[in-house]
Amino acid sequence: MDFESVKMLAIALVIAVGTIAPAISIGRIGSTSAEAMSRNPEASSKIQTAMILAIAFAEAVAIYALVVALILKFT
Amino acid sequence: MAPEISLSAETVFHLGFLPVTNSVILSVVTVFFFAIFAFVFHRRLALIPGKLQSFVEIIIESILNLMESVLGRRDLALRYLPLIATIFLFVWISNWFGLLPGVGSILVAGEHGGHAVHFPLFRAPAADLNFTVVLAMIAVIAINALGIIAVGFKRYSRRFFHPKNPILSFAGFLELVSEFVKIISFSFRLFGNVFAGEVLLTIIGFLVPLVLPLPFLFLELFVGFIQAFIFAMLTLVFVAMAVSEEPAH
Repeated sequence: MDFESVKMLAIALVIAVGTIAPAISIGRIGSTSAEAMSRNPEASSKIQTAMILAIAFAEAVAIYALVVALILKFT
Repeated sequence: MAPEISLSAETVFHLGFLPVTNSVILSVVTVFFFAIFAFVFHRRLALIPGKLQSFVEIIIESILNLMESVLGRRDLALRYLPLIATIFLFVWISNWFGLLPGVGSILVAGEHGGHAVHFPLFRAPAADLNFTVVLAMIAVIAINALGIIAVGFKRYSRRFFHPKNPILSFAGFLELVSEFVKIISFSFRLFGNVFAGEVLLTIIGFLVPLVLPLPFLFLELFVGFIQAFIFAMLTLVFVAMAVSEEPAH
């Protein structure tokens, strides 16, 4: 394989592998906070804030992979 | 012809020795927007609020309520309101300015990376890593400075330095490293989201110019707001941790 195709494969692998763990964790955060909100509807605003923060932390990992992929692609 | 996407902001002109990039232009536009808005708004303040004043009061009031729920006290919320609200409003409005028509579509001729290209006159400020790194550094320095002011230098430094206890001094070293990791995670999160949004909108607009970009534009409006909210919220949580009396670990 030449350099260009290896680079393309690396970009695809970075974003594909890098989003697996964030996807699982965001799904778990969403499902558990939906469960918590349905058990205790009065606390839903507090749960929502915590949920958004936790999702942002989990999503940041995917964003790092995305930044690495974009840097590989556009430099 | 595929659209050109550049990772770094392009230099439009030089102000003396200072290169002025297209991101800088839009962030200066945002600053002027806030300055003019504040000036005009200040002269029209009334005891019985009109529509605009009610709207602004709702925003400030909800930020204050959120801060009170995190910090626990109203006076603390009022004390740290300028920092948190400035970060939130500045990032929010500058992200939405980056989505206005004309941003990214008005091109100027110039030079980038050694060869002549056409590039946008305006670019979302957070789509340039310089902007987000500086904002993250301001946030982290402010967090530590506020912590030192609140609990005193000697007590605050106990989070990081324990000369006698080897286990605690290792934990303190990790705390010290995490302060620098905060800068990286703050800046890359905002930059990644906004820059990825720009790339997404450019590619979608290139593939299907009609109708289909609309839902993605709504997504970007949402992302622009939520990332500003997260940036401010994380700063708030770290400030709350820094100004509390006991070390966090």
